[in-house]
Amino acid sequence: MQPFTKHTGLVAPLDRVNVDTDQIVPKQFLKALTREGFGRTLFYDWRYLPGEKPNPDFVLNWPRYRGASILLTRSNFGCGSSREHAPWALLDYGFRAIIAPSYADIFYNNCFKNGILPVVLPDAHVDELFRRTQQREGYRLTVDLEDLTVSDDSGWRQPFQVDAFRRECLLKGWDDIGLTLRFEEQIAEYERRHPVSARMYEKVDATVLPPQESIHRYKRLGGGEGEA
Amino acid sequence: MTPRTMYEKIWDAHVVRESPGEPSLIYIDRHLIHEGTSPQAFAGLRAAGRKVRRPDLTFAVMDHSVPTKDRHLPLVDQVAAAQFEALERNCREHGITLFNMFSRNQGIVHIIGPELGLTQPGQTIVCGDSHTSTHGAFGTLAFGIGTSEVEHVLATQCLPQFKSKTMLVRVNGRCRPGITAKDIILSIIGRIGIAGGTGHVIEYAGEAIRALSMEGRMTVCNMSIEAGARAGMIAPDETTFAYLEGRPFLPRGKDFQVAVDYWKTIASDAGAQYDRVVELVADDIAPQVTWGTNPGMVTDVTGKVPDPASFADPVDRKAAERALEYMGLVPGTPIQEIPIDRVFIGSCTNSRLEDLRLAARVVAGKRVAPSIKQALVVPGSMVVKAQAEKEGLDKIFREAGFEWRDAGCSMCIGMNADVLPSGERSASTSNRNFEGRQGKGGRTHLVSPMMAAAAAIAGHFVDIRDWPEVRTAVQ
Repeated sequence: MQPFTKHTGLVAPLDRVNVDTDQIVPKQFLKALTREGFGRTLFYDWRYLPGEKPNPDFVLNWPRYRGASILLTRSNFGCGSSREHAPWALLDYGFRAIIAPSYADIFYNNCFKNGILPVVLPDAHVDELFRRTQQREGYRLTVDLEDLTVSDDSGWRQPFQVDAFRRECLLKGWDDIGLTLRFEEQIAEYERRHPVSARMYEKVDATVLPPQESIHRYKRLGGGEGEA
Repeated sequence: MTPRTMYEKIWDAHVVRESPGEPSLIYIDRHLIHEGTSPQAFAGLRAAGRKVRRPDLTFAVMDHSVPTKDRHLPLVDQVAAAQFEALERNCREHGITLFNMFSRNQGIVHIIGPELGLTQPGQTIVCGDSHTSTHGAFGTLAFGIGTSEVEHVLATQCLPQFKSKTMLVRVNGRCRPGITAKDIILSIIGRIGIAGGTGHVIEYAGEAIRALSMEGRMTVCNMSIEAGARAGMIAPDETTFAYLEGRPFLPRGKDFQVAVDYWKTIASDAGAQYDRVVELVADDIAPQVTWGTNPGMVTDVTGKVPDPASFADPVDRKAAERALEYMGLVPGTPIQEIPIDRVFIGSCTNSRLEDLRLAARVVAGKRVAPSIKQALVVPGSMVVKAQAEKEGLDKIFREAGFEWRDAGCSMCIGMNADVLPSGERSASTSNRNFEGRQGKGGRTHLVSPMMAAAAAIAGHFVDIRDWPEVRTAVQ
């Protein structure tokens, strides 16, 4: 994972509450096999008119916000579906940090797995940032995870909080699976003494189990089969 | 010992490792996967040269993109086909049990888990799907995770987790006839808001919750995430044990009794403290219909489309204005005068046998209104489908003019061919009325199965409590 230490960039304002992950990446893009290339799909239904023509009414399409890397938005951002495609799309589009009064739990967590910093600021500060972003073309902010502040070049500066462990992981870009694997012994030990006991895992009626030996090959319309 | 909540008991029983200032490492008893959110996790595993630690605790199913008819025909959707094949390959390579779209146990992941008895009280269950909260109906700590976490669980059977806050939602008294679990949970969401449960695990309690069948309890827990809570739970009781006994993945005989004895210990202790307590009066709950673009934008069927000007908070006002514009609704319109184009009975919220029985009771001997373009019944699993057919429910639906399909997520998310066209309005038993959720430009109203069935017959929303087949029968 790409570490996050300090980032300065152009701010784009998305003035909506409760932006759900269905809006961030619509369902038709959940059929991918890789994590790459989701930038094009970000806010797809809002961002494009039919034929993937940019919708001039959508804020990210305004020339003044081209190249934005900090998304300023409202409360409960990222609610709904657990799809990690949402942070993949934000990152691939170019966003490294988000600023909002609050986030949905699963989305918030998914951001940290992808090197995106979701900053929580109180409503009043978010309101102020919306004002500044709208007033000043080219408005930029610096988000500093080391000293836990958001600031602009005209002296506006506010602290924010992040859990210390999450901060450390993001600063160092740690692979948290690697961290967990260091505790292999404890995991194995837990499996031995699990209070629910091995009995609960026993497959008692194996007749419902599908045969494992074959892989179904899916025929496609227009001929051809995938390589299974 | 300090009294503990059910959440705390299950948490404590699953801690592998704790260290101050770090998230706890929590053991995962069951990992459910599907075609939509797992390919990148397997790819990550492969890239790092890691293995699936416990393929025996991992179960896969195809549900999100599967066609709900003509499965024997070649697939039209090539991209979905590649995803199905990836799941087949990944499960084969790692020795994971897969219920593919031709399995007689195939179905929506949150329907088949309980149905097979994979879901058991006291367990931790995760799945790369936010409606994993469904399984909490059994007294299970179950929550949705992202793909990175899917990979984490595949590799380690554990997840680093921060402890959530707890919220008790007590629904006192009994619901009136015609009021179902869906109306209860929509009322709860309407009350606490779509972010009301953020950071919390909700425990549902009270007489109205206890009176629910397991199917109803699953409906309630399913939509916990629509209130912002990753998990919702209900203490296991005799209803739970009766549902579980004899299911394929459960122990039998004396072993089952041992399990029940353990399950009886996991309910919250008397005097356990919650961070927040919310109480509702069951008697006050009317059939619910959403009018906006999130599940918190909901009102009684006897109500009207609200006027955005009535919202005190300017942010809420703007959100309501935008929602009404998207929904094509005029403030002050009585809910019962809203005409419907399509009806969808299905999804992990409401596609179990009980849901289909209730809907069938409403449509029996009637016809879908001529103005309705499509009325779909999509059973939650092939097992539900077979059971419903045994009872003749398929005939009732077909004779009334409904389409009767194979199991899958279908029009709840519109990843297959079952899509709500732009500008059209649905009465849907699913869980999300977000913009474009059922199809770009589609307008979703969330309701209970009986309310959806009645809307199909009437062509617009109606108060199900006025119908004689409901007044006499239900609950």
